[in-house]
Amino acid sequence: MRNKYSIFSLIKNSFTYHENWQRAWKDPEPKSFYDVVIVGGGGHGLATAYYLAKEHNLINIAVVEKGWIGGGNTGRNTTIIRSNYLWDASAGLYDHALKIWENLSQELNYNVMFSQRGVMNLAHNQHDVRELKRRTHANRLNGIDCLWLDTKQVKEFCPIINCSPNIRYPVMGSTLQKRAGTARHDAVAWGYARAADSMGVDIIQNCEVKGIKRKGDSIEGLETTKGFIKTSKIGVAAAGHSSVIANMAGLKLPIESKPLQALVSEPIKPIIDTVVMSNAVHAYVSQSDKGELVIGAGTDAYISYTQKGTHEIVEGTLNAILELYPIFSRLRMLRQWGGVVDICPDASPIISKTSIKGLYFNCGWGTGGFKATPGSGHLFAHTIAKNEPHGLNAAFNINRFVSGDLVDEHGAAAVAH
Amino acid sequence: MKDGTMSMDVDVGLIWLETHQMIKFTSSIKWEKSQKIMSNKFRLSSGGQINRTERISFKFNGKTFYGFKGDTLASALLANGVHLIGRSFKYHRPRGIFSSGAEETNALVQVIKDKGKTDPNIRATQIEIFEGFNAESQNCWPTVNFDLGAINNLFSPIIPAGFYYKTFMWPANLWGGYEHFIRKAAGLGKSPTENDPDIYDHKYYHCDVLIVGSGPAGLSAAKVAVKTGKKILLVDERPSFGGNLAFADEELSKINDLKPSEWIEETCTELQNNKNIKILNRTSVAAYHNYNYLIMMQNLSDHLSEKEKKGKIRQRLWKVRAKKVILATGSIERPMVFDCNDRPGIMLSSAVRKYINYYGVKCGNNVVIFTSNDDAYETAISLHNKGVKIEAIVDIREQSSGDLPKKCNELGIKILWKNTIIYTEGYKKINNVHVMKLSNNNSCIIGNKFKINCDLLCVSGGYTPAVHLFTQSGGKLTFNEGKYYFQPKTTSPNQISVGSCNGTFGLKKIIEETQTKTNEFLNLNHNDQSNITESKSGNFENIWLLPSDKVSGKTKPFVDYQNDTTANDIKLALREGYKSIEHVKRYTTTGMATDQGKIGNMHALGIVSEITNTKMGELGTTTFRPPYTPLTFGAVVGRNVKQFFDIVRKTPIHEWHEKNGAKFEDVGQWKRAWYYPNKNETMYEAVQRESKAARNGAGILDASTLGKIDIQGSDASEFLNRVYTNAWSKLAIGKCRYGLMLNDDGMVYDDGVTTRLGDNHYIMTTTTGGAASVMSKLEDFLQTEWPELNVYLTSVTDHFATVSVCGSHSKKILEKVVKNINFSNQNFPHMSFKEGLVDKIKCRVMRISFTGELSYEINVQSNYGQVVWEKCMEAGKEFKITPYGTEAMHLLRAEKGFIIAGQETDGTITPVDLQMDWIISKKKYDFIGKRSLYRSDTMRENRKQLVGLLTNDPKEILEEGAQIVEEVKSKPPMDMIGHVTSSYYSPNLNKSIALAVVKNGKKLKGKKLFVPMSDKTIEVTVSDTVFLDKEGDRLNA
Repeated sequence: MRNKYSIFSLIKNSFTYHENWQRAWKDPEPKSFYDVVIVGGGGHGLATAYYLAKEHNLINIAVVEKGWIGGGNTGRNTTIIRSNYLWDASAGLYDHALKIWENLSQELNYNVMFSQRGVMNLAHNQHDVRELKRRTHANRLNGIDCLWLDTKQVKEFCPIINCSPNIRYPVMGSTLQKRAGTARHDAVAWGYARAADSMGVDIIQNCEVKGIKRKGDSIEGLETTKGFIKTSKIGVAAAGHSSVIANMAGLKLPIESKPLQALVSEPIKPIIDTVVMSNAVHAYVSQSDKGELVIGAGTDAYISYTQKGTHEIVEGTLNAILELYPIFSRLRMLRQWGGVVDICPDASPIISKTSIKGLYFNCGWGTGGFKATPGSGHLFAHTIAKNEPHGLNAAFNINRFVSGDLVDEHGAAAVAH
Repeated sequence: MKDGTMSMDVDVGLIWLETHQMIKFTSSIKWEKSQKIMSNKFRLSSGGQINRTERISFKFNGKTFYGFKGDTLASALLANGVHLIGRSFKYHRPRGIFSSGAEETNALVQVIKDKGKTDPNIRATQIEIFEGFNAESQNCWPTVNFDLGAINNLFSPIIPAGFYYKTFMWPANLWGGYEHFIRKAAGLGKSPTENDPDIYDHKYYHCDVLIVGSGPAGLSAAKVAVKTGKKILLVDERPSFGGNLAFADEELSKINDLKPSEWIEETCTELQNNKNIKILNRTSVAAYHNYNYLIMMQNLSDHLSEKEKKGKIRQRLWKVRAKKVILATGSIERPMVFDCNDRPGIMLSSAVRKYINYYGVKCGNNVVIFTSNDDAYETAISLHNKGVKIEAIVDIREQSSGDLPKKCNELGIKILWKNTIIYTEGYKKINNVHVMKLSNNNSCIIGNKFKINCDLLCVSGGYTPAVHLFTQSGGKLTFNEGKYYFQPKTTSPNQISVGSCNGTFGLKKIIEETQTKTNEFLNLNHNDQSNITESKSGNFENIWLLPSDKVSGKTKPFVDYQNDTTANDIKLALREGYKSIEHVKRYTTTGMATDQGKIGNMHALGIVSEITNTKMGELGTTTFRPPYTPLTFGAVVGRNVKQFFDIVRKTPIHEWHEKNGAKFEDVGQWKRAWYYPNKNETMYEAVQRESKAARNGAGILDASTLGKIDIQGSDASEFLNRVYTNAWSKLAIGKCRYGLMLNDDGMVYDDGVTTRLGDNHYIMTTTTGGAASVMSKLEDFLQTEWPELNVYLTSVTDHFATVSVCGSHSKKILEKVVKNINFSNQNFPHMSFKEGLVDKIKCRVMRISFTGELSYEINVQSNYGQVVWEKCMEAGKEFKITPYGTEAMHLLRAEKGFIIAGQETDGTITPVDLQMDWIISKKKYDFIGKRSLYRSDTMRENRKQLVGLLTNDPKEILEEGAQIVEEVKSKPPMDMIGHVTSSYYSPNLNKSIALAVVKNGKKLKGKKLFVPMSDKTIEVTVSDTVFLDKEGDRLNA
């Protein structure tokens, strides 16, 4: 049994100088056979393994990760969590996740620092107002909390926003989801890893998938840098590299991969207590608990697997930030980075079976997968265990790109997800 | 148990110290106020490169000090004996000045000007003082001397790395409360709270060779490079040139018989005499992107007083594209990691050397030097020669074969070979060190512990090449096993690294290697023999974590000073399974402070490597991300700080609208006249009036913003066939046709009227917002999918002004304005086009209508737009012509059930959903989106379809975006079957009208539906989409 984390265990361990803490997860070598192998040790993959073990009584599970867990988009995103999506299918999916977030620290016994500080989506023109109001109405009727703020209320809720009517794209109002917020991204991966590991899941790092072995329409196993692993079920949660894995099985995914950038400022004392997103001028900002302003930039205009981006994207984003928050111009960028995002044509994810028996995909989260992590893992586990989707992810099947039954969230998602 | 209690005792002691200080502080306030100016008692009477004739007074924490021109805040404070600058992030431990440059991790201050001009987290070691300079310590309360946050020290045993992941989870709903306090405690300095009055700038620059760094390597490279006669740029982040050579001991090394500072001066003068080189100081390279694209920030006036900097630019961002890049970024000295290695008065040896030689400041009077290499001996000699007492040199090595230790011996300086410091004492300033002998294999300590009193400890753990820019550019590193550092291995052919950033140390070696490599790199054969005298250097030994006489859990050997990460934290992370170096970094936050690990990263790596028994080379490094040093947001944005840089597009008639009181709305980049309120009129009243006038008399609209694409070529008709859903081949010359454009997925993308001007010539209009994306989409198809088509596209949106006149009197008005066209219905029917003249102005007149009224659009060369508009106004006077804006236009078209792409459609609506089946050609072989229209879901009968909605109460206006249900439930969730896309009060019908998309809407005509709002539910009835003039008679009125 794993030791429980609490203030008491911290005090107790302080007497032995913290030398007796257990490992958060083991680092085993792969066994030759697993019931299920999850490809990708990010938040989604680890959560999937956790729920497979917890809710579906599967124990013989491995998560294989080519680098270190949480090292992909889980550890690179701007940690925004919200569920105020337009379409019923999306609202259902993301609110399912949000509800799990609300108790995740306790469930995992790992503080993921889910901070319900509210998320605002600003409107800058008549079209924005119309679309955001439409979303507010849809959210309300779906039972998702969402408020509409006029410009005056925007200023009251977040006083540092420049609400002058004389800026290039004045703030004309905003939605506000109060249950939304941020979380500590690394902790999500580590918390799920620790909880999954304690139930017997093998988390295998530095293990890259090199091939998928098929027999006819079924899966036989995986070729990895740590040898062949036999399995009949593979769940892929490999974000930007999903298409690469799909290709190994002879599948094509309707996904484009692009670098998306973000940056942080040096840490400062609290100055902004909520998350503010603006699609029209493309700038979103929040402040980490450490004090850094976390700023999301856009995707590069072209397809690429590089985890760095161009300076011009950062310049454009900061330009928008400085119009909306002119007091920030003397602050300084501490670090910029990029991640590879996997974007579906309808800006919605795929959590689905495939034409190959035993091969499942969880991908296409584009610029906004972090917020869905717990829900995504929960539903993907269900889909893998039962070999059929849960009601909440039925709409996110891969066949929708054939039938045309898309969940088009471009309006709500655009790039700032 | 017992040990635990003891360690608590120590921390209680610290709190006592804090309290004691508080009492002292309170009683000293008066004294401080009277004692206005402190003396420079640590300044040598001569020497250094500061300008002693220019005395500068400045304030730190409210006290007034003085320094000299050329001082940094750090050197000026040290001259005044001030070491305590700030408090650490987590434990609030007192911290002093540690380094002398960009790598500083402890001495961060808040520079104060006024609310809009305060700068947090500024390194005291970089900021230059000026008359009136004012700064404060940050992250401490109430003062840096007495900081209540130091209570954290008391709790330090229970708050190791990652403690916050293990607690604050109970009770579940209280995290928000915990977080509030955590956030307040975290952060460093304070953000400005008002707008920044300073100016930032950008500069684009191309050069043949960019040299980064002006140390001996950079200067030597520049000396060679200028000989090419090509365009050279040399930059250095410091105010003056020479790198670390600028503060080398004047007696120990010579170049061509010159002292180091003389050689630097001579070289700079020589370089400046060449016209082909530009030399920039205070310019730091922030980022190195692909293909030698570098981002640099030049500080132009942060070192000037308010008076001097008036009107000057603060910082300039340079975007440099260089054919070749020479990196001469030098190296950064490493600390030593042992228990309590963080106290004020513990400094890097090279920094102490810089303060004494360059600024004429001694950092202490009784000095202990702790080293693993010969470089620290140069500091000892400089200090000794300037009268500072060296208590001892503690060296972890057995011996050294170098010249400098020998010289120290001769000078009578005590050297303790094979010894290590295990602990330091002193709370706000170091007062002694504890020393013990190292065992043979360095793994533990032996013998007796003894203390040496001191007020300054210089540490030197060797040098790490500054490879940040090298790796940013994509260069690969290799670990040098013998020298314990990463150095460049492979890179692009258009870049070299020279000097210590390349792992080359020793003045002679650096200069010679640089000359050879630069010659080779630039295809030259220029050799400038230099005669270099320098001391022979001995071996270097390395211990990542020094042994201690205590249980390691009781020690605080800091690795990342600012974030308070100790070696124990790193061990804890590894113990808990956070083994990847990236996990260690993220779990312990080592290397994540504002110095981004410049000081501590190598030790963190070294400790991980030792504990996990992994070779450093296999462990790799964490990624060096841009920027090298923090980059001001304002500088990144340049001149556009004050306003988002996105062009404002105005129509040629804009001035007229402005003059006539129009309100504007943003549509894409355009400013469009939204409505023209008369005195005291509300928007609603104005729109009602305008809409009525346009229907009942004459209205005039500026339609210039619609996208216009000129399409020419022998395949133009075929091109349109493929782009639009309907057929185009048979459209006669002089006729207009409405078209819908789809996405690949069969959803409506854009719409507009296209006119055939000639056999192979069309003019297409698009929506205002969609113009640019339609143009690029069409180009994309032409170039990649249909390269065989002979078609040329030209965007002519800005070339034409479009004046749209509508209403029953429009024909009469047009007849007055355009005299050479026969406007009879027979000669000029609906959906056709004529060329005409407005006076001598050539124009194209289209008879098309978006309002359902008889309507003409006059297109003229854009600079005639306003003239033609005014002529129409003049001609329409007798018919009470009324200008109407976009809002009335939207209302008028809604009365007719015409869609707006992007309002009725949202990327999920097909033409069939719009009940526009007629526009889909069944005969055409293909068009964009055709295949998708026949997919199972797109063919589904009960899709959301466009309908009209009438409210039961004709006065009730629906909100656009409101959702529609069939059945109202007492609470959510409710099944939504559609939403309101457009909604207005129609003054012409005297009732509220709306368009909506509703599931299975085609079959619901007459059905009652509900629109549940937050405060009420509105009952509606499904109607036809055309509310007015179903027969279209008004088009020919």
